[in-house]
Amino acid sequence: MSETLVDYDTAVAQWDPVMGLEVHVELNTASKMFCGCSTAFGAAPNTNVCPVCLGLPGAMPTVNAKAIESAIRIGLALNCSIAPWCRFARKNYFYPDMPKNYQISQYDEPIAHDGWLDVEVDGETFRIEIERAHMEEDTGKSTHVGGATGRIHGADYSLLDFNRAGVPLIEIVTRPIVGAGERAPQIARAYVAALRDLIKALGVSEARMEQGNLRCDVNVSLRPSPEHELGTRTETKNVNSLRSVEGSVRYEISRQAAVLDDGQAVHQETRMWQESTGITTPGRSKETAEDYRYFPEPDLVPIAPDADWVERLRATLPEPPAQRLRRLQKEWGFTDAELRDVVNAEATGLIEETVAEGCSPAAARKWWLTELARRANEAGTELSELGMRPKAVADIQQLVEAGTINDKLARQVIDGVLAGEGTPAEVVAARGLAVVSDDGALSHAVDAAIGNNPAVADKIRAGRVQAAGALIGDVMKQLGGKADAAKVRELILTKLGPGA
Amino acid sequence: MTEILRAAATDLAAAIAAGELSSVEVTRAHLDRIAEVDDRVHAFLHVDTEGALAQAAAVDADRAAGKELGPLAGVPLALKDVLTQRGVPTTAGSKMLEGYLPPYDATVVSRLREAGIVILGKTNMDEFAMGSSTENSAYGPTHNPWDLDRTPGGSGGGSAAALAAFEAPLAIGTDTGGSIRQPAAVTGTVGVKPTYGGVSRYGLIALASSLDQVGPCARNVLDAALLHRVIAGHDPRDSTSAAAAVPDVVGAARHGDVRGMRIGVIRELGGEGYLPAVEQAFHDTVELLSAQGAEVVEVSCPSFDHALSAYYLILPAEASSNLSRFDAMRYGLRVGDDGEHSAEQVMNATRGAGFGAEVKRRIMIGTYALSAGYYDAYYGTAQKVRTLIIRDFDAAFEQVDVLVSPTTPTTAFRLGERVDDPLAMYKYDLCTLPTNLAGNAAGSFPVGLADGLPIGFQVIAPPLADERIYRVGAVLERELRAQWGGPLLDRVPALNGKQEQR
Repeated sequence: MSETLVDYDTAVAQWDPVMGLEVHVELNTASKMFCGCSTAFGAAPNTNVCPVCLGLPGAMPTVNAKAIESAIRIGLALNCSIAPWCRFARKNYFYPDMPKNYQISQYDEPIAHDGWLDVEVDGETFRIEIERAHMEEDTGKSTHVGGATGRIHGADYSLLDFNRAGVPLIEIVTRPIVGAGERAPQIARAYVAALRDLIKALGVSEARMEQGNLRCDVNVSLRPSPEHELGTRTETKNVNSLRSVEGSVRYEISRQAAVLDDGQAVHQETRMWQESTGITTPGRSKETAEDYRYFPEPDLVPIAPDADWVERLRATLPEPPAQRLRRLQKEWGFTDAELRDVVNAEATGLIEETVAEGCSPAAARKWWLTELARRANEAGTELSELGMRPKAVADIQQLVEAGTINDKLARQVIDGVLAGEGTPAEVVAARGLAVVSDDGALSHAVDAAIGNNPAVADKIRAGRVQAAGALIGDVMKQLGGKADAAKVRELILTKLGPGA
Repeated sequence: MTEILRAAATDLAAAIAAGELSSVEVTRAHLDRIAEVDDRVHAFLHVDTEGALAQAAAVDADRAAGKELGPLAGVPLALKDVLTQRGVPTTAGSKMLEGYLPPYDATVVSRLREAGIVILGKTNMDEFAMGSSTENSAYGPTHNPWDLDRTPGGSGGGSAAALAAFEAPLAIGTDTGGSIRQPAAVTGTVGVKPTYGGVSRYGLIALASSLDQVGPCARNVLDAALLHRVIAGHDPRDSTSAAAAVPDVVGAARHGDVRGMRIGVIRELGGEGYLPAVEQAFHDTVELLSAQGAEVVEVSCPSFDHALSAYYLILPAEASSNLSRFDAMRYGLRVGDDGEHSAEQVMNATRGAGFGAEVKRRIMIGTYALSAGYYDAYYGTAQKVRTLIIRDFDAAFEQVDVLVSPTTPTTAFRLGERVDDPLAMYKYDLCTLPTNLAGNAAGSFPVGLADGLPIGFQVIAPPLADERIYRVGAVLERELRAQWGGPLLDRVPALNGKQEQR
């Protein structure tokens, strides 16, 4: 049931998009937000639970101090003000996977507010204003069994797992992002990528989108021009990868433009991003949405972070993203264009880690931006989620430099590593990928190539050394690619060159 | 036998410690008494005979082993059915939790166990503590031992009636707007609501989280103070629990003295709507305190006129949220789960069938008061009134050490008299609920009878000055017992022998 769309370029030529992004970050605290249960992922259903996170009668929450600390550090890293006094609030709504049928969250008193994050798109800096960052608890997980849609309606029955209930989340909400124009999808993506890197650098979350550590809701509206008031927005949920962030903004712009061009009004509604088809579909309508009846959580005392504590936490912040980028550019000796490509490919952190493993910056850039970027693209995934660790890339480069493998063999090593066959060295051993370094065998193969191609050999003898390529190809064919091309060339020239 | 039943908890504990009585004997005597009279009183929803005797035997074993026992060790206690006790049915007076067995002990229950106090069973109460007469219990009302046709007050009528019927020498109550003090007043017993945060709420099935407080119920001041000390103190599981040291309530109860104490009479808590006999007893008591050396002044708390309205917005608002968890998904009643109906339909059917009329009324009021567009006018305004009430108390405590008032405007009313008039029922808590809004401590002590029904006297102290209540209470108890020639409860009609009819 795809809807009418306007071609993207036409849409942004006629309409001015405004976005708002809400990102939920799952913290990596050892215990839950309001009880001592483990947050470990993958435990048997309903084993990491207690009276508090199950919402049993009489149980009461107590605040995890580590989660408050993480929230403050995130707020500080996003250049926010930290509230000297704030409260939790109850967000009331009924749903089977909500143990108390209210979520402990924050409402009009967030712990961090009024900040910003600069992101780079095509070498230009774009400032995203942050409205707030607040703390809340996650819900349990429902699995709807039977029925066509996998949703609660139409399901035969539903399974509830409360292991996730009470896991601490930080919700980071931007102010309306205006002035993005046609670059809106890229800016949205760049913001979420920058946020992810920042959260990772803070060490407060695994920040892996594919595991749901970072979940994104994307609000989009259109207006005829920046002079007009904001249009009616839609909120797209289930946007759980960087590609989806970009895709959902792009799709909504095209879809809403079609609605508006048709003289209709955009419905204020929640929509769902469909990863497989790359479209958004209508969820529940906001007009009938529930009234959450927020009020201050009476079971918890207010939080009043001590100013000294906040300053001590400020001292633990990682380097600001823009400063880090300038430093890395200098250290790596990249041109502006090279750095822009790295940033656009979201490979900065990966290259940094690869270099830290002993690889040269240029080689690290080469692997991540060519061979690995191509594979991520083919697999429809993010570079960081490809499954290739920076250490492995550094190892591969080292094998190349040592002459154990050549670039062509390196691609097979990458195949092996991605297939889970082990470290690069293990893949080389298991697949027998090392180049033939036995001089006798190489010499024999070169002699055979000369014998096979007498005309080519004559050309080389006559001084046309560039003809050696054909002989190298023959040698490679004989040895199944497992030869160092430079060495083969050297041997050929030794045998046929002027000195021969 | 009668001696055991009528004895003070302190004396029972001393006799047990001295080996003159065993805890099992004392416990069995009370279990027998419950078996004898509770068909008429209906103070208990569940009697844990086996568990109580096992606990008693453990205390006796500890004594035999030479272990040091606490000052209430071996004494039986009646526990309001709103506190979770591991493996013992806990219903909060609601059909919603019929048959529910909590997997954990409330902090208060853990502390009772550690003190060697024997829990006899769970006492009746208005459903989820919503009510002032115990008539809102889903399991039928409790009867006042002074007159079985009258209510023992509420919501903790079961705990108070158990004391007055000599079914238990100690009880635990909870007080959200007067549910400890008001039943104490109309049953001639002692009940104290400690400072908010003084006793852990962990394991207390919440009615209104910002108002609820657990407290001691007893037949005399020292027993109440000893029980207070057992259950009070910081609990890391309750974030609202006070980190401060427990006030010296036991010392105060042992050395009642009001000489030089400034006592404030709250002008707004009296006059129209108050039974003349109640007002008379109140004034006589104030004069008694004055004669004992207290300095009596009149103070005004003008915002108290709005306390009832504010209370009946804040309480339902919090309750509507607190009671959301009863949804048939994880525990308790489940209605309409036939494989055809959706989770939402089962939730609705269960809540429709499981909650009583008063609970539904308050959930609806609270849901409305918190709704977008109404929040500021209702919940927001009520919180402002609450601030004004706190200021009234602050101003009053600038002038005086304690405040006093009647505990209830009238004596116990007849069962059924106010069930169809919620407002009249709500007004029963007029004198007690301002302290819950402010979070300070208050207690009720028996000061006389009107037409054979007990009258209560309320003493209110600033936050964390709970000991002042006991200082006043001990003086009243000493002087009034001298006047009466013994405890007021000596005059409660005998319930001995199984009654034929009823």
